[in-house]
Parts: sequence; structure tokens; C-alpha cells
Amino acid sequence: MPDADTLLDARGIGKRFNALTVLSDVDFAIRAEEAVGIVGPNGAGKTTLLNVLSGAMPADAGHILFAGQDVSRLDAPARCRRGIGRSHQIPRPFGGMTVFENLLVAARTGGNAHGAAAYDRCVDSLRLCGMLPFANRRAEALALLDRKRLELARALATAPRLLLLDEIGGGLTDAEAAELVDIIRVIRGRGVAVVWIEHIVHVLVQVVGRLVCMDGGRVIADGPPDTVLRDAAVIDAYLGSAAHDHPVG
Amino acid sequence: MIFLNQIVQGVLLGGYYALIACSLSFLFGVMRIVNLAHGSLAVLAAFMLFVLADRAGLSPWLGLIFAVPAMALVGWLLQVAVLERSLRSGLLVPLLSTFGLAIVLDNLLFEQFGADTRSLSPYIGDLSFDSWSLTDDITVGRLDVLMLCVAVALLGGLNLFLARTRLGRAIRATAEDPEVVGLIGINAHRVYAVATAVAMALAAVAGAFLAMRTTFDPYSGGAQLIFAFETVVIGGFGSLWGTLAGGVVLGVAQNLGAFISPHLFLIAGHVVFLAALVARVWLSGRNLRWLRVRAA
Repeated sequence: MPDADTLLDARGIGKRFNALTVLSDVDFAIRAEEAVGIVGPNGAGKTTLLNVLSGAMPADAGHILFAGQDVSRLDAPARCRRGIGRSHQIPRPFGGMTVFENLLVAARTGGNAHGAAAYDRCVDSLRLCGMLPFANRRAEALALLDRKRLELARALATAPRLLLLDEIGGGLTDAEAAELVDIIRVIRGRGVAVVWIEHIVHVLVQVVGRLVCMDGGRVIADGPPDTVLRDAAVIDAYLGSAAHDHPVG
Repeated sequence: MIFLNQIVQGVLLGGYYALIACSLSFLFGVMRIVNLAHGSLAVLAAFMLFVLADRAGLSPWLGLIFAVPAMALVGWLLQVAVLERSLRSGLLVPLLSTFGLAIVLDNLLFEQFGADTRSLSPYIGDLSFDSWSLTDDITVGRLDVLMLCVAVALLGGLNLFLARTRLGRAIRATAEDPEVVGLIGINAHRVYAVATAVAMALAAVAGAFLAMRTTFDPYSGGAQLIFAFETVVIGGFGSLWGTLAGGVVLGVAQNLGAFISPHLFLIAGHVVFLAALVARVWLSGRNLRWLRVRAA
């Protein structure tokens, strides 16, 4: 139930692509400074939900309240300026610009920062994500892990109050994933709410206090990670028979 | 020495080509649009300046104070009314819509001004014919030198604007990925509108120099578009300094062609353009594969 502490409250979200219903009547709320993980099988509508929350796609149905204001009709740039940051599953840096410029353009437009404040925020975001040594590299010359870190740093440079992360841990080694967990813990510690889609559940549960499981465009479970992962519907839909061979956690 | 003179004159002519091409190059770099109405829009600006000079007695230099913002406004409207809608429908539609716009513009200008050729050279005094003698064989026109300087200044200014300013970075980021910039707070449509306005302001300057160095009529746009297009292709689409180099290569090629035989002026330029085009296709493996797939 939404209270004074609710940062984002999405109600009855529906989204269809022609005949294909991707989201139907999804309710999703997050409190300020909360961290929520979203899991679910491929095609469950997780990424589409992030797209609708960030404004990259308009919802066909439902309302989205952010910090008490209706943002349903705002486009992505307007929502970004209000504090919703987003990173992509496949990193999309601006090639032809340096890593630092990638952040600077984000800090100045999305983060409304000017002059020295913008530079400070970029340096801070780069340091946090371990990207400071790469600040003057061309973004297109980065390896995958560094692109992912740049994607995160760029989202941070917009000074979000809510950060939407889409499978940022995919394809990483255990050591790299551990590093990522540390970064996201620091981000949380600064009072940023985090929504994180991730298939690697044991990484996810190190950070999030609440887990949402989606299947077929609906939320089928929502609660503390332990409870959700033991939920019969979740095991059936998401983990399937594989759960018996590879216990989660 | 006559040979050297041809090269010097070619470089200076290249300054003019770079001047008329930088708007085309900029717009393609930012929006991936080849604006086929570019020549006609430059001619529109030339007519604006002509009317200001002829009716209001305003010198073309002062006229630019009015023509540049007016053309920027035209650019803004062009983006909102034509390009924005065209861009949504794929790559081919902007070509068709700007081509259509060129025809409409040419004929509106014809209806208004008739087929008479006009020029701004009577309004700029000695500048239209004055020259400096460097040696006995080589004299350079003051207007030509001015055009080369303006071209360098505009291209350098554009580069600085794109590299250093907040808006310039937003434009570059949008050119890279118009979808993702939304998620860092940039409104791509607004950036496109600003970019088109800048491009049309540049077209106004191009139109001014077109009208000062030679004569123009309502149908002069087509030829200017071809020279601008060849310049941009030779220099590499979207590269601003490349545009300057492309203009110089085209100008020198045309002048050397004319040196061999006066008939070869245009043909030499076209041959270099085609050679550059083919070389680019062959050097880029991706385009080559693309051609093969298309041919198969």
C-alpha cells in the first residue's frame, strides 16, 4: 500500500504489441531507498516493465506516480529529469565521445547540473564505478564489462532517485559480479532506490530486500526473497524442472 | 606557374564548395538525413537578401542579420512540419520529402520572382572584383579569399560548438543514439529541431555567398546541391574537416580539368566524386557485402 514513503507507484499497467499482451494489470510500487529485484523467465515482461516505468515506451493502461506526481504522460527525458535513471541490458554508450563526455552530457541534461558541479558528479560516478582510469578513453573502445560499468556510471550521473537496472550482471565472472554488488550497495547507501532485473539470483539477493517474480506479463509473487523463492508458483513458472537439479542460492 | 595558379584558384573555389556543403554535412552527421532541398533553401536565402538589398537598400552583410535568424526559423519549421514526420517512416522518406520540398520551393520562387537572373555583386562594391596579385601569374580574388576564411571559420566554429558546448555534446549524443538520450534527459526531437535551425542558418550564409560570387535564379538550387553533395561525399559524410578537404579536392579537380580543356571543368569534378564514392564502397567491407547482398 502506498504511504508517504512511496517513491514510485505504478497501478494497473498494461502494454501490448499488436495482438501480444506483454504486461497486463501490473501493480508495482517501491519505497524511497528500497532495493527490489525482479526475476522471471524470458518473455515475462520484465524489460518492458522497465521501459514503461522509464518512459521509453508509453503504457497502454494504468497510472504511474513518481514522488507523488503523475508521470504517466511524461516522456523519458522528462522522467529522467525528475529522477528516474535507467541502464540497458546491452550497453549503449555514445561512441565517438570519451567516457567522461558520456557522463557529462548525462549530468548536464538529465541531472540538471552546471559547471563544476557537473564535473564533480561525473568524477564521483566514475570513481564509484571504477571507471576513473578510463575517463578519457573513447567509449566505443571499451570491453563489455567496462561498457556495463559506463552504462551504470552514466545513469548515476543523472542523479537519479530511482535507478532501473536491466541485467547488468549478465555475462560477468563471480569476481566481477561481486564488484558490481559492492557498487550497487554504495549506490543504495546514498539513498537511491534500485530496481534490478537479474537472472543470477544469488547475486541479486545480496543486494535486494524484496523480490518480485513476473510471468506472462503478470506479477505472480512479491515479498522477501526467501518467501518468493519458496513460492510454489514461482518455482513452477520461473525455475521449472531445472530447480530440482540446480537449487537456487 | 599557370598550373600553380589553377591549383590556387581550385583551393579558393574549394572554400566556396565547403561553405555550401557544411550545412548538408552537419545535417547528415546529426540526423542521417540527406537534405535534397538544401540548394533550394540556400537560393531562398539568396532571394531574401536580394529583396532586402533591392527594396530596402540593405547591404547583404546587414541583410544576413535578418536572413540568418529567418532561415533558422525556417529550419525549425522544416523539422517540425516535414522532417520529423518523414524520419519516422524510414530512410527513404526524408529523401523524397526534401526532394518534393525543393520542387515546391523552386516553383514558388519562380512564381514570385520570374526567370530573371539576379546577383548580389552590385551591392558589395569593390569586393566583387577586387583582387590581390601574389606573383605575376597568380592573383587571388578578395571575395574568394573571404569565402575560404568564412568556410574555415564556420567549420572550425561548428567543430568547437560540437566538441565543447553542452548543446553540442547533446547533439553528438543524439546523433549516436536518439533512443538512449531520452533516458539521460535529452529530448531528441528538440535537439533535431535545433540542429535543423543551425543547418539552415548555415544555408543562409551559403546562399549569401552564392549570390555574391555569381548570378542566381529560382532554379539555381539544383546545381548548388550537386556541388555540395559531391563535396560531402568526397570529404566523407558527417565529417566537418573532411567537408573542407572535399571542397578543396573538388575545386582543384575542376580547375585542373579546365586547365586541360575548358569542357572538362565539370566532368573532372564528377569523375573525382565518382572515384571517391567507389573507393569508399570498396574500402568499407560492410558496404561491399551490402552491395553483394543487394546484387544477389
